[in-house]
Amino acid sequence: MHAESDKLLTQTFQHIGLTFISLLFAIAIGLPAGILIARKRKLSGIVLGIAGILQTIPSIALLGFMIPVLGIGAKPAIVALLIYALLPIIRNTYTGIIGIDKNIIEAAKAMGMSKTQLLFKVELPLAMPVILAGIRTATVINVGVATLASYIAAGGLGEFIFGGISLNNTNMILAGAIPAALLAIFLDFLISVLQNMNFKKLKKVIYAFPALLLVLAGFYLLPSAYGSELTAGFTPEFMGRKDGDLGLKSAYGLKIHTIVISDAVMYKAAFENEIDVISGYSTDGRLKAFDLKILDDDKKIFPPYYAAPIVRQSALIKYPDLEKVLNLLAGKITDSIMTDLNYRTDYLHQTPERVAKDFLAKNDLLKAPGKGNKGIIKIGSKIFGEQYILAEMYKMLIKGYTDYDVATKTGLGGTKICFDALVNNEIDLYPEYTGTGLLVILQADAKTSTAVAQDKVRTYNYVQQEFFKKYKIKWLKPIGFNNAYALMMRRKQSKEINVNSISDLKNYLDKN
Amino acid sequence: MIEFKNVSKKYSGKAAVENVSFLVKEKENLVLLGTSGCGKTTTLKMINRLVSPDSGEIIVDGKDVKDQNPELLRRRIGYVMQNTGLFPHYTVRQNIALVPELLKWSKSKTEERTEELITKLHLNKDCLNMYPNELSGGQQQRVGLARALISDPAFLLMDEPFGALDNVTRAEIQKEFKALDEFKRKTIVMVTHDVQEAFELADRIALMDKGKIIQIGTPKELLYKPTNAFSKGFFDGQRLALEFKVSRISDLWEFISGDEIADDDSFTAELSVWQVMETLRLTNKAALKFLHKNGERKSVDFNILTQAFNAYQNSHRNE
Repeated sequence: MHAESDKLLTQTFQHIGLTFISLLFAIAIGLPAGILIARKRKLSGIVLGIAGILQTIPSIALLGFMIPVLGIGAKPAIVALLIYALLPIIRNTYTGIIGIDKNIIEAAKAMGMSKTQLLFKVELPLAMPVILAGIRTATVINVGVATLASYIAAGGLGEFIFGGISLNNTNMILAGAIPAALLAIFLDFLISVLQNMNFKKLKKVIYAFPALLLVLAGFYLLPSAYGSELTAGFTPEFMGRKDGDLGLKSAYGLKIHTIVISDAVMYKAAFENEIDVISGYSTDGRLKAFDLKILDDDKKIFPPYYAAPIVRQSALIKYPDLEKVLNLLAGKITDSIMTDLNYRTDYLHQTPERVAKDFLAKNDLLKAPGKGNKGIIKIGSKIFGEQYILAEMYKMLIKGYTDYDVATKTGLGGTKICFDALVNNEIDLYPEYTGTGLLVILQADAKTSTAVAQDKVRTYNYVQQEFFKKYKIKWLKPIGFNNAYALMMRRKQSKEINVNSISDLKNYLDKN
Repeated sequence: MIEFKNVSKKYSGKAAVENVSFLVKEKENLVLLGTSGCGKTTTLKMINRLVSPDSGEIIVDGKDVKDQNPELLRRRIGYVMQNTGLFPHYTVRQNIALVPELLKWSKSKTEERTEELITKLHLNKDCLNMYPNELSGGQQQRVGLARALISDPAFLLMDEPFGALDNVTRAEIQKEFKALDEFKRKTIVMVTHDVQEAFELADRIALMDKGKIIQIGTPKELLYKPTNAFSKGFFDGQRLALEFKVSRISDLWEFISGDEIADDDSFTAELSVWQVMETLRLTNKAALKFLHKNGERKSVDFNILTQAFNAYQNSHRNE
């Protein structure tokens, strides 16, 4: 619990830091831009138009665009946040200044004020309430969008939120969401206080503001003052699993600077030398694409993960032909075949549908769809390429060999979400892995899991037995490949520092 | 001295000011008079470079304004607007101290002058720390005046300065303004569409229409010696009242019948016929005595006044 509250504090500070640094830059760019277009009205259309278009870009897409240019971490997050804050600030500065009573401007000019004096003594003070309203809007927007920063490993309260979503842990989601909401409300309130101050007090605060901003921005840099040489990037789900980060810490005593990053971005980041060690999957096509090497799990904290479809018993009864058809795939896909299939979707960007079709055709399993009027079978899948491919294969098999129709519910983010959907009749089957079933769903105690995980057959038998007993869910025959969690690093780097297993990694870090 | 030489200005193809030339003598109060859109305000604003002419020269203090630094020029010219343009975020004191601050005056000098002007303009000292929106219209206009006068500029530009005030306040302020010593020693150009005000305050009037100066001269000249139909027609609506206001007892002197009288309490013969009629009504006296510059004294009642006035008018018509 103490560790969690520490994490919360860190994330909150990171969040504040991200928000404020980006706000600082947005003001530094937006305020002069607003003043410029108030002076040269002709430019107002273009400038406001550009800022407006930038703001309509969906936040995650914008973050994604930043990566090839700025990598991962705080930099791209701050740039994305700054872009979102621009429009309210530029527009409000512009509106504030042009809304000033023209008589006042005329009088100021007639008194003999220079343009600079006019700006600082008349225009800015009188436009300040409107400008502050713009900054206020920008702040609240930024606090919200900053929750997405964790997607590209910039930290912040989004870590808890995304982690909670992956692990289907509502408390975790709230632990991130509530502080974020409170932060937004608090900052909004602070600025509203500024807005209502009269000019004299405001002047003093305005001078203190940049200093304050710099201090708060410094918060962001603080937590990242780590000593460790190498960086690891783990998905939110990996962080929370016993067969993930927790196991690494307890079994290996591995101490490495860790950032939380989304699966989508992880492999590229490793390839680009942004991170060194990632938690990946042993059949991931990107292994091949980015020339990554799997570190040997010498202490065997990662149990076997043999893939097999799991189906609700009630569905098997309802659709009698189902079991036979699903087992058509049994033993047909080896590790290397699966890796190759994944390579096609992940790197060659072929659709899962096409990859599934090509495979079935090659193995004489492809048949034209039947009538599809005897009932609808709902297939689920998790949120990565391999699952999409398997779901498509099952879909084509069912449609080809039976008269059932198929509806797919793919992209269910996380094991818990998928499993809950299965138990609650929202889906009838999905491809699962024995290791995941053992540690995440059954949550077998340490003694049982260590015993059972030594051997893949034992694991399979155990989960099959328990699943049927507890949930009336049947594990059909294994498809034939083992998609295990693995730590991996760039092949080149692994050679350079002579790290071939996880224990090697630990020893290397301890020495340095 | 201010001189306009063939000055023109167009807005979107339409001439706002067309080939205007005139001279404002030192310490003179020239009023630019005309209806809306005649170009009087545009003309005024070219003096302190708030507007730039398309062609022609504007000489202020011997140099063309376009060769002078606009900010330095404006700091030497007081400017009073109809809507005051007071800064709402500055107190009255700070508003007044604006130009001194630009001129880098010492704080004590500024304070001294501020107090002086406040007193002259009949403003309460309390209002110095108030904000403009806490003052009445008349008070705001007085603050506007104070702001324009504080650095004692040689030139004063006024754009319908009393236009936003109610009649009573306006009459009051006009009177006060005329009584200021500043009024007498500055070169003033004032814009107004109010004929009465023009006649009240002007040394000379420049009557404008459609961007051109129709006639320029003293109020008397415009009234009695119009050079064209427009000038004549412009004042016809209020001719009689204006004539009463413009004509003085001293102008009527030769037509006033009656003998000289003994030393007595007398009014100056420089009072206008209008003022005399007002005084006769208000004091309810039968007759008033007047002392002419040349030392003569005469007694005047309503009858004598009217007769003398008629005779005076006729003499003009026969010219």
